Amino acid sequence: MNVSLRWLEAFLRRPLDSQDVVEKLAMLGAPVDMVQPLHLDLSPIVVARVLDVAAHPNPKMTRVRMTLVDDGSGEPVAVACGAANVTAGKLYPFARVGTRVPGGKKGPVEIGARSIGGVTSHGMLCSLDELGLGSDSDGIWELAVDAAPGTPLLDIIPLADERLVVDVTPNRADLLCHKGIARELSYAYATPFRLPPIPGAERLDVPPARRAGAEATVGGVRVAIEDTGGCPRFLGAVIRGVTVAPSPDWLRRRLEAAGVRAISNVVDATNYVLLELNQPMHAYDVSRLRGPGIVARRGRAGERVVTLDGTQRAVDEEMVVIADAGGVIGVAGVMGGAESEVRSDTRDVFLECASFAPARIRRARRALGMSTEASYRFERGVDRWAAADALRRGLELLLTLTGGTLAEAPVDLWPAPSHPPRIFLRLSRVAQVLGVELSQHAVEKYLVAIGATVVAKPEDGRLAVDVPGWRPDLVTEIDLVEEVARLHGYDAFPTELRPFRVGALADAPAHVAAGMVRSGLAGLGLLEVSTLPFVREGSNASVRVENPLSAEDAFLRERLLPGLVREAERNWAARTRDVRLFEIGTVFARGGAERPAETTHVAAVLTGAVEPPHWSAATPADSDVWELKGVAERLVALAYPSASIQVEGAAFVARAADGRIVGWAGPLSADAPPWAAPLFGVEVALDPAPRQAPQYHALPTTPSSDRVLALLLPAGATAASVIAALRRAGAPLLETVDVVSDYRGADLPAGTRSVAFRLQFRAADRTLAAGEVDAVEVRLLAALQDMGIRRRGGTAAATGSSGEA
Amino acid sequence: MPQADSTGFADLDALLPRLGALGALDAAALEEAHVALLGRKAGVLMLAARSVATLPLEQRKAYGAAVNALKRRFEDAFAARRDALDVEHRRRTAAGLDLTMPGRGRWIGAVHPVSRVVDEILGIFRELGFSVALGPEVETEWYNFLALNFPPDHPAMEMHDTLYLDLPPSGEAPGGGELLLRTHTSPVQIRTLLASRPPVRVVMPGMVYRKDPFDASHAPGFAQIEGLAVDQGISFVDLKATLAHFARRFFASTTRVRFRPSFFPFTEPSAEMDVECQLCHGAGCAACKHTGWMEIMGCGMVHPNVLANCDVDPERYTGFAFGMGPHRIAMQRYGLCDIRLLYEGDVRFLRQFGPAAGSAR
Ligand SMILES: [Zn+2]
Repeated sequence: MNVSLRWLEAFLRRPLDSQDVVEKLAMLGAPVDMVQPLHLDLSPIVVARVLDVAAHPNPKMTRVRMTLVDDGSGEPVAVACGAANVTAGKLYPFARVGTRVPGGKKGPVEIGARSIGGVTSHGMLCSLDELGLGSDSDGIWELAVDAAPGTPLLDIIPLADERLVVDVTPNRADLLCHKGIARELSYAYATPFRLPPIPGAERLDVPPARRAGAEATVGGVRVAIEDTGGCPRFLGAVIRGVTVAPSPDWLRRRLEAAGVRAISNVVDATNYVLLELNQPMHAYDVSRLRGPGIVARRGRAGERVVTLDGTQRAVDEEMVVIADAGGVIGVAGVMGGAESEVRSDTRDVFLECASFAPARIRRARRALGMSTEASYRFERGVDRWAAADALRRGLELLLTLTGGTLAEAPVDLWPAPSHPPRIFLRLSRVAQVLGVELSQHAVEKYLVAIGATVVAKPEDGRLAVDVPGWRPDLVTEIDLVEEVARLHGYDAFPTELRPFRVGALADAPAHVAAGMVRSGLAGLGLLEVSTLPFVREGSNASVRVENPLSAEDAFLRERLLPGLVREAERNWAARTRDVRLFEIGTVFARGGAERPAETTHVAAVLTGAVEPPHWSAATPADSDVWELKGVAERLVALAYPSASIQVEGAAFVARAADGRIVGWAGPLSADAPPWAAPLFGVEVALDPAPRQAPQYHALPTTPSSDRVLALLLPAGATAASVIAALRRAGAPLLETVDVVSDYRGADLPAGTRSVAFRLQFRAADRTLAAGEVDAVEVRLLAALQDMGIRRRGGTAAATGSSGEA
Repeated sequence: MPQADSTGFADLDALLPRLGALGALDAAALEEAHVALLGRKAGVLMLAARSVATLPLEQRKAYGAAVNALKRRFEDAFAARRDALDVEHRRRTAAGLDLTMPGRGRWIGAVHPVSRVVDEILGIFRELGFSVALGPEVETEWYNFLALNFPPDHPAMEMHDTLYLDLPPSGEAPGGGELLLRTHTSPVQIRTLLASRPPVRVVMPGMVYRKDPFDASHAPGFAQIEGLAVDQGISFVDLKATLAHFARRFFASTTRVRFRPSFFPFTEPSAEMDVECQLCHGAGCAACKHTGWMEIMGCGMVHPNVLANCDVDPERYTGFAFGMGPHRIAMQRYGLCDIRLLYEGDVRFLRQFGPAAGSAR
C-alpha cells in the first residue's frame, strides 16, 4: 500500500516526520518497506513574476522572447523564454542560474547563464514537464496563486511529499487506505483525525441514500440484486450533465503520491475514494447501458465480457457479474467492462458502490488469472457498513469535479441488513494469554481506539464488544486479545524468564544420529555441503513436482551422489583438485503408500590427495579404492552401525543385518578435466534407530602371544575368506587377525600371491605356553590346506609374547 | 610486628616449588626467573640475605644459614637448566632442524555454516528445556495449512508460494489433501501436539521449500527452526522472555531486541522479533536498511484453533511458537552477500568453517 504523507497530515491536521511515522507504524504492525521522497528536488525553484515581455533583438529568432523577471532577489534578470503563453504580470516557477531542474523524460538539467542568439539568459521559466510534474501541458506553468516573488515554489504549492510503501499483512484490510493508516496514527500521536475537506465541496448537500430491498430505480436506472450471497449490498446514484476533463492539481498530486496515474475526473474520483476509504467504486456511462437497468447476478455459462483492459473474458456461474439487458457489463469487484466505460463524451454517469463476498471475488479473480486494486481489497474485506458514507464521499467529489448534478437521492439495496459481530472478551483471558493483568479501563481504552464499541459493562468479567465494520479480521475473543496487546505496545510487556516445566520428549533419534554422522565425517577431513533436492530427470519411481520453478527442477532426487558429483565438477571448474565432500539430506521415492517414501541419506565424494602435501615426503597418493573403502566403513559405522560393507563386483554395498542393501560405494564417472584424480563416492541410508551404547570388554590381565603367518594364496582366494577360516579354526585362543602385507613377485609360484597376517593369541586365565600356540598354528595351517593355501616357503615367523598388540 | 623467626622461614619455604619448576622453563623464562629470585637489585633471595643484618643477633645465624643454603640450591638449579638448554640447542642446530618449518597437515573437515548455526541455536533452546523433534518434508495441505488455521480461500494462503507434488491427494486421517513440499516447519507443531500431551517444549529444525527462484537473497529451499511451548500458564511474557534470552545468548549479552505486531494465521497475538543490527549496533547501515534492526524471527501465542485442531483444550492450555531462518542468520553472522554460496560445495568456501581456520602457523 502506497501512502502519501501529506494525505495523512490532512487527516491528522498536524505535520508528520516520515521517520517517526515509520517507527510508530512498525510498532503497530504495519512496517514501512520504503520511504520515497517525491518532488523534493524542486526545493530550489522559486516563484517569479514576469515584468516585461519583448521580442528577441534578432528578428530571425521568432520563437524566442526576452523577458524581464523579478525573482525576488531585488534586481530584475533577463531571461529568454520560448513558450508562447508567457505573459507580463503573471507568476511562474523559476530556476535561477546554478540550480538544477529535474526535467521530464530528458532527465535533470543544470541551469547556467547561456547565450541565445547573442543575448544572455539568466535562468529559466519552467513548464510542468521541466519540473517533472507531467507532460500534458504546453508552455510554462502559470501559477494560479498569489505569492511574493522569491518564495520557494514548494512553500505555496504542496507538491513535495513522501510516499510510504506500507507492508500490510493479509488480515489488515483496514490498512489498505489512508483513513485506516490515519486511524492508527491518531492513536499513536493521541490526536483526533477526520476526513480532509474536498476543495469546492463545502456547499454541496448530497441527500442520504434511500434504503430498499433487492430492487429499486434511481435516475431512471433500475437496479437489482439477484445474487444476494455474492452481493449483499449495492448502492447507486445517477449524475447528469458531467464534463469529463482532467482533474485539478491537488487531486492529481494525491493520486500520484499514492502511485496511481490520474486519468480523468470521473475515474480519478473513484480512485480517490478507493485510496482514502478502501471502497472500490465503478462509474458507468448511462447512455451505453442496454435496456432499463443493471443487475448483480451470477454469471452464466457461455457469457463473455470485454474488460477495461481490452481482454475478452469468459465468466462462470461462481462469479458475481453486473449485467444489463444485453449481457455482462463487468466482473463484479474485479474489473468493469469496456462496453459501458466512461469516455470523454460521457454526459450521464451511474456510480456503483457495492459490497461483494470476499471468497467469491477471490475465486473469480483467480479463475480469471488477474488481480486488481478492487479485487485485492474485496478479497481482504471491505467495510460493508461504511458503503453509504463512501458513496456520499464519491458523489461529493464527482459533483465538484464534473459540474454534474445528482438526478435524485442515491439508492441503497440491502436486502438483509446486519450488524458487525459482537465479541465477548474476558479480562481473565487477557491476563491468561498476555501474562499481565490489565485494568478494565485500559482494555476499554484500547478497544475504543480501534473503533470498537464496548456495549455492556461486565458483571461476570466479560466485556461485550461490537467490532467496527472495517475490521473483518476481528471474529473471536483471541482477536481482541491481540488488539489489546498491540495497542498496549509489545515493548511494554516484561521480559522476565518465569519458571517453566520442561517437556517430556527426548531428542528425535534421527536428529541425534545425523549429528554424530556430521561431526564424525568432518573429523575425517570431509566438508559438509547442503544442496537442494530438485533434479532435472527422474526414474519411474521419482516424485514429480506439479508446478516446478523450471524444467531443471522438475523431480525430487532419489539419491544424493549425483548432486555431489556436480559439486566435485564445480570445484574442478575452479581448478581445485583435492575435493572431499559429504552431505546429509533427504531423498524421495514413490512407494506403495500415498505418501512418497522419504529417507535421510548420507553421502560422500573423494578425489585427489589423501592428505595435504608435506615438504618432508614425496607427493601424497591420490584417493584410491582403499581410501574409499576406509571412508565408507567409517561412514557406515556412523550412519548405519548394524550394516556391513561387502564386495559387489568392482564396488561395495552396505548390507543391513536383515540382508537389505542400505548403501553403495565405488568409483564414479564425472565430467572431469584431464588433470583430475579419480572420483569415488559412497551413499548410505541413515538408520534413524537410537544408537546402542558402546559395550565395554574387560581389559586383558594376561599377555598375548603374537605370530605372523605369511601365506601363499592361489588365484581366487580372498583375504576375507582366509580371515574367516583362521577365526573359525583359531577359536577360542585366536583374538585378532590383521593383514600385514600383500606381496606379488616373480619369485612366487605362478598365480599366487603372498599375504602376511598378524595373529594375536590369548587365554583369559593364563599365560599361553609356546607349545600351545604352536599347536593352534598347526591346526590353522591344516584348515587352510583345504583351501589350497600353504605357508610361504615354510618359514615360521614367530615373535616373542608381549602384553601389547 | 611479626617475628622474623616465623615469617622469614615461611617465606623461604614458599620459594621451594619454584625450584622444581625451573627444569621446564625455556631460555627467556629462565632469565626472567633469575632476575626475580637472584637479581642484584630486587631478587627475593638477595633481599632476604640483606635483611639478615637487621635481625636480632640470636636469630641471625640460623636464618642467614637458611638463606645462603637456598641461594646455593637455586644457583645450582639455574646453572643446570642453562647447561641443559644449551646442549639441546646445540643438538638441534647440529641436526639441521628448523622447527619453524610447517608441520604435517590434515585435510580440514567442516560442518556446513548453516549446520553450525542450527546446532548453536538448538543448543541454546536445549538449555531452556526444549528437545528436538522432526517431521517429513512432504506434507499434506491439512498439516501445512488447514490445521495451522490458514483459512481456505483467503489471501493468507498466498503468504507462501507452494510447490505441489504430481501425486494423487492423500486420504490419510487426520489430515489428508494435496501433497506438497512443506512451506514451513510449522506442520511439525501439529505432529508433535497430536503425538504428545503438554507440557510440550520442542524445537523443530528442517528444510522447507517455496516456489522462489534463486537470486542473491532467495532460494527455493532453505532451513527453518520452529519452536513450540505448550502448557498451562504460558503467556506472552514467557514468549518475550524466552526469545529475548535466546537473542542475548546467540548474539551478545548486550543485544537489544524489539517485538512488533505481525500476522501469522497460526499464532495470535503474532509478533516479529527484531534484534539490534549486528553491524551498526543500531546506528543504521545499508545492511539493516537504515533501521538499526534486523528481522530475526516470527513468533506468537499459539492460536486457540491450532490447539483445538490437535485436541488440546485451548481454554486450559496456552503456548507460544516461533520460527527462524538459519540460512539468513548464517548470512548475517558470516557477512555473506549471496545466499547461493550456501548451496554450493566450493571447497574454498566450506573449509573456512573448519576448526582452527586462521590460526597461527
Ligand atoms: Zn545496521
